[in-house]
Amino acid sequence: MTAGDKAVLPRRRRRRAGAQVRGVPLPLLVPALIGLAFLIVPLLALLVRTPWSSLPELLTGAEVWQALRLSLLCATAATAVSLVIGVPLAWLLARVEFPGRGLVRALVTLPLVLPPVVGGVALLMALGRNGIVGKWLDDWFGLTLPFTTAGVVIAEAFVALPFLVISVEGTLRAADPRYEEAAATLGASRFTAFRRVTLPLIAPGIAAGAVLAWARALGEFGATITFAGNFPGRTQTMPLAVYLALQSDPEAATALSLVLLAVSVAVLAGLRDRWMTAG
Amino acid sequence: MTRTLRAAGAGVAALLALSACSSSDESASSSSASSGAPGSSGSGRVSGTVTVFAAASLKESFTTLGETFEKAHPGTKVTFSFGGSDSLAASITGGAPADVFASASPKTMKIVTDAGDTSGTPVTFVRNQLEIATLPGNPDRIASLKDLTDTALKVVLCAEEVPCGAAARKALDASGLKLTPVSYEQDVKAALTKVELKEADAAVVYRTDVRAAGDKVEGVDFPESAGAVNAYPIARLEDAGNAAGADAFIDLVRSAEGRKVLTDAGFLTS
Repeated sequence: MTAGDKAVLPRRRRRRAGAQVRGVPLPLLVPALIGLAFLIVPLLALLVRTPWSSLPELLTGAEVWQALRLSLLCATAATAVSLVIGVPLAWLLARVEFPGRGLVRALVTLPLVLPPVVGGVALLMALGRNGIVGKWLDDWFGLTLPFTTAGVVIAEAFVALPFLVISVEGTLRAADPRYEEAAATLGASRFTAFRRVTLPLIAPGIAAGAVLAWARALGEFGATITFAGNFPGRTQTMPLAVYLALQSDPEAATALSLVLLAVSVAVLAGLRDRWMTAG
Repeated sequence: MTRTLRAAGAGVAALLALSACSSSDESASSSSASSGAPGSSGSGRVSGTVTVFAAASLKESFTTLGETFEKAHPGTKVTFSFGGSDSLAASITGGAPADVFASASPKTMKIVTDAGDTSGTPVTFVRNQLEIATLPGNPDRIASLKDLTDTALKVVLCAEEVPCGAAARKALDASGLKLTPVSYEQDVKAALTKVELKEADAAVVYRTDVRAAGDKVEGVDFPESAGAVNAYPIARLEDAGNAAGADAFIDLVRSAEGRKVLTDAGFLTS
């Protein structure tokens, strides 16, 4: 490589990059930039208004770490629950023709549009001590879910599951069913085909759905406080701690939000390269 | 490249325009507030919408008074935002547009006065006392605050950040009782709901909430509540867009008619 080549190469690269930006029509670029600012400015404001000097003091309280640990634990457990019941549900919706499938799909997506507080109340009606299912759980097994950590997991799984199902179902629909058919002609049962062929094929979609569900569970507030209540160390997750801190000590709330933000960014960035690349 | 910059500039300009709109709105409303201030309690001049931020425990009585107000001043409309006094105070200091703030404790009102968001000194208009809410028929035979410390009972309290929680804590501390609830609820109505839905066996709430819940809960008086009575202050807000309406509403709350509605709801008005 000569010296001349070296000089030409970067210039050509720069010109190509410039052409890409210049090719974007203004009616698209302007709203896009406003959209970007709309999402980023509030987060920047959080950083700007963070009481950096008193931050160590605000974050060394045992309650903060208790809440963070509980949040991570519950979000992960809720994601695990969602995976166990959500992937088969997505498969059913994508691969099996049955009457009323459209209706079932609509019902699955309902928690997406339902206000989480309403979801929490619905969960109380179903699984509460006096709920239509919860009553039997209490009578037969002495099991009550409200005000317990298990209740937090259930509330979070309720709002996170649809994200996983939709994501996995989309991937299944995009995946070529002929691989499964080929497996079937070679003598594999439908379950073996699912386990050995379909599952590896849609693994990236499952992972993306799991990340989405995890993130949704981590930020869950309404269903959790309604169904599981608020008790430090047992059901008080970070969003609940932030909300209650906001009532008396906005600075502490800002500091707590920052921790939650940092954790989500770290986890999402860590997983992005592996699973969520657009290409 | 220059075009990109110009586009970005246009975006910024659009944002500035948006913010300019909202700030001009604000100045318009504050100027109308100052013009409406003198002689504001004079009837007949009241019009438009009065926005009242009030503690959750005032929901039933203020809703009734709102209807009375609308009838007395045809053409007006009273809109309410009920919630935990602390979150309402936070919204007001954060710039939420409201004309009147009625809070469930002097402490939460002080947040707003300290921020310079009230006009004039807040006045106490009612006081509220705590009561134990139990399941209908009181199946656990709860008779005192001490009975709530039974670990077999599921008891919910308000979070200490909200006035009903602070009052409950005060009563418990004064009587030297150690009570571990199953949950610290975000406001008094949420605590009461847990008992109404039979998810909790008891809650420490206001007497007014027990009365408002009708036969869905049963109230149990306890003597320690006398030591933790909450005073409710009310004030017109500095940024009130409808100062005349705000004053007229506060007058109604403090009138004989208003006191009757509040007493009926279980408040102490003397």
